[in-house]
Amino acid sequence: MVDKPLDELTAALRALLPADSVITDPVRLRTYECDGLTYHRATPGVVVLPETAEQIAGVVRACNDFGVPFVARGSGTGLSGGALPRQDGVLIVTSKMRRVLEIDLPNRRAVVEPGVTNLAITEAVRDQGYYYAPDPSSQQVCSIGGNVAENSGGAHCLKYGFTVNHIEACEIVTPDGDLVTLDRMDPGYDLLGAFIGSEGTLGIATKITVRLSRTPEAVTTVLAAFESIEQGGQAVSAIVGVGIVPAAIEMMDALAIEAAEAAVACSYPEGAGAVLIVELDGPEREVVRQFARLQQICSGAFELRTADDPAERAAIWKGRKSAFAAVGRISPAYIVQDGVVPRTSLPKVLAAIDRLSEEYGIRVANVFHAGDGNLHPLVLFDDAESGAGERAETVSGAILDLCIEHGGSITGEHGVGVDKAKYMPRMFSADDLDTMQLVRCAFDPKGLSNPGKVFPTPRLCGEVPGVRKGVHPLVASGQAEQF
Amino acid sequence: MELDGLEKTGVTVRQAGPDDVVGGVRPGVVALPESVEEISAVLRACAGAGLAVVPVGGGTKLHWGHPPERCDVLLDLCCLNEVVEHAAGDLVVKTQAGVTMDALADALAEQGQELALDVPFAEGATVGGTLAAATAGPRAFRYGTARDLLIGITVVLPDGTVARSGGRVVKNVAGYDLGKLFTGSYGTLGVIAEATFRLHPLPADRRYVVTELVRQQVQEVAAMLAASQAEPSAVELDWPGGDAPITLVVLVEGSAAGQRAEALRGAMGAGTVTDEAPAWWGLIADDELLIELRFPPARTSEVLAAVRDTGLSLRGSPVAGRVWLQPTAEPPADFAGLVSGLRERLTPVGGRVTVLAAPYEGVDRWGPVSALPLMRRVKERFDPERRMSPGRFIGGI
Repeated sequence: MVDKPLDELTAALRALLPADSVITDPVRLRTYECDGLTYHRATPGVVVLPETAEQIAGVVRACNDFGVPFVARGSGTGLSGGALPRQDGVLIVTSKMRRVLEIDLPNRRAVVEPGVTNLAITEAVRDQGYYYAPDPSSQQVCSIGGNVAENSGGAHCLKYGFTVNHIEACEIVTPDGDLVTLDRMDPGYDLLGAFIGSEGTLGIATKITVRLSRTPEAVTTVLAAFESIEQGGQAVSAIVGVGIVPAAIEMMDALAIEAAEAAVACSYPEGAGAVLIVELDGPEREVVRQFARLQQICSGAFELRTADDPAERAAIWKGRKSAFAAVGRISPAYIVQDGVVPRTSLPKVLAAIDRLSEEYGIRVANVFHAGDGNLHPLVLFDDAESGAGERAETVSGAILDLCIEHGGSITGEHGVGVDKAKYMPRMFSADDLDTMQLVRCAFDPKGLSNPGKVFPTPRLCGEVPGVRKGVHPLVASGQAEQF
Repeated sequence: MELDGLEKTGVTVRQAGPDDVVGGVRPGVVALPESVEEISAVLRACAGAGLAVVPVGGGTKLHWGHPPERCDVLLDLCCLNEVVEHAAGDLVVKTQAGVTMDALADALAEQGQELALDVPFAEGATVGGTLAAATAGPRAFRYGTARDLLIGITVVLPDGTVARSGGRVVKNVAGYDLGKLFTGSYGTLGVIAEATFRLHPLPADRRYVVTELVRQQVQEVAAMLAASQAEPSAVELDWPGGDAPITLVVLVEGSAAGQRAEALRGAMGAGTVTDEAPAWWGLIADDELLIELRFPPARTSEVLAAVRDTGLSLRGSPVAGRVWLQPTAEPPADFAGLVSGLRERLTPVGGRVTVLAAPYEGVDRWGPVSALPLMRRVKERFDPERRMSPGRFIGGI
């Protein structure tokens, strides 16, 4: 099939970029056909690997000229298909933009290009006693540009917040191809806040100013093993109840522990129905007092381990950090779900997940950020067994329904992307979604920037804002809605 | 006539009086909705009649920004004054916009919790107004500003559409974050009707370290405090300007606050530790004329030097890089010149000069902003007929 606009655009892109930065070879194109969510695939029409913000702006302007959609991609670790390419579009990959441009410790910030990995920022300043706080578990490879697009979280966002709380400014290429700086210090609408977490639908970040945090004086990590999930849950409530805000509170159930044990031999206490990992950090005197309280609270645990140095701490975190991949050891296939419930609803929701699991004959391993109610159920199935995949899908979707029913969210950190767009109307009304899309229309009236993500129904923006006269033909024919 | 159309909504409406003036502009009527639905009904009626609307909470900042180009209806949110739900176990509160920040603080304190958002007025400021003006106080250094603590919002658009974003869980990345967009929007996009915030436990203890410094010492001490692993919650300056000494106060919160405060006092080499905040802490005394400076913290020295001879006093944070300036005696004769002079000195070091309030025309209140064209496009989408607080905000938005 000949795609004329795309062919003409490709010729224009070759004029803009070095030869090796424009990829059209079908074999190489296929390496970009999915992100971390591998069951959504599409071969991009063309891939570009720009090296500067100006090149990205040029590519985006060319896309505008030819009416071709574009998708930005960092390291491709996303778990919602946010970087799923378009066959009829351009995939803009930022992997060549990996420079740390400036480290400014007196102002506690660093300026980086979007392809820099999350961990590389911390590594650049760790020796001076600073770090970049958001820590998604893919932090060794995921890019800061992707983190900005997804508003990434991590285990420690319970205390320290998400990407949006740690970004001072972004230079972006708007969907029209303009270079604009969004800065927290600027007066006016908080477009930076609106941009972060918009999943690539409002433009592409080309330069990012992150806030650096001071390394805490003391860190104490505790692993508490309980006989049951209920006991673990009670401990979490008690911790919050006495006014402690730990850096992280993580929980794993017996099945998740079994998987982690099989994969990385993390040596968690044998026979545990649940393990709780609690990390306290801050001024030493404060941590010492909080640790004393924590020991009282966890008196029901049958084993308590404490880590005060990085090696011991890594040993405790090992099982938790490997949990997703580890379930591959106990199941041929699995779905990683990401949902949120109010923390106090956790016991009810976990019991309901148990019931779903029994009803459909599908095992579910539970790993979660217990402090903020962010569940990551791993729905296990055998893809060789006929119908198992569908049943797992059903269970996975029903878990999201549970989250919504309890006043939670369909995604705490993985994003909506292409994967969960269909669930958005369960969480938000049509008016809510229409209103969000007003922002989309302001930034991207042509709908070229990562179309098909986040929102289930594409909507026309209308050419001229103002009082509408008459009805658009697509609206009249029922093919689109306008607002 | 205006009154007629609005009375059909069933919402309480009264004629505006002299106390209802917005920046010198007297509205025709004041509408007093009691629910989100009533806000929607009023805005639908206003849309039908082409009326301009200015929302108001406690009215503490009603004279901030430009005067509105027109104001037919003052939408007073005082009757939306219920704390909808305080889920203490989840450290979350959902509240209507007309609840005052002090009433909210009292309600939360009953459960040993707080919204870690300092309000620069002793009383009267509401949740909605605090969000709409995005005021920030001393503890923004530790906890962030309103937009960092807001996790869900209900807004009503100029055509009466009710929209929600976020939710009642802290961790949530589903959909666009309208809360960020409406925070600091000065009533120009729609009406903030309800807000949901993440909360913090009330700190076990609080200590203040108070000291006096000369101007040249401030930046170094502030940098030391900002980098301190004793983790102060706030560092504030209070300075009458000129050659007067600068009072610097550090707040330490949480367990072992006393010991940590002593450690900081030691590091500063001087000062007194007390458990009482100074009377001026975090407050705006008189805001007939008020300038806000934002700047990279390591440029504090340049900021203080630029302010020294302006006849303005300074209060705010050298570690968060945000201070307020107010006249000490007579308002300055050439105010526009003063503002442009500050911009000339501070723009090269990354500073921003914003005039929050001033009884003058002909002053560039906001200064240049790279994203202004995008902001205009957002305004055009949300309020195509320019009926929400028209002209109040940046670039005449």
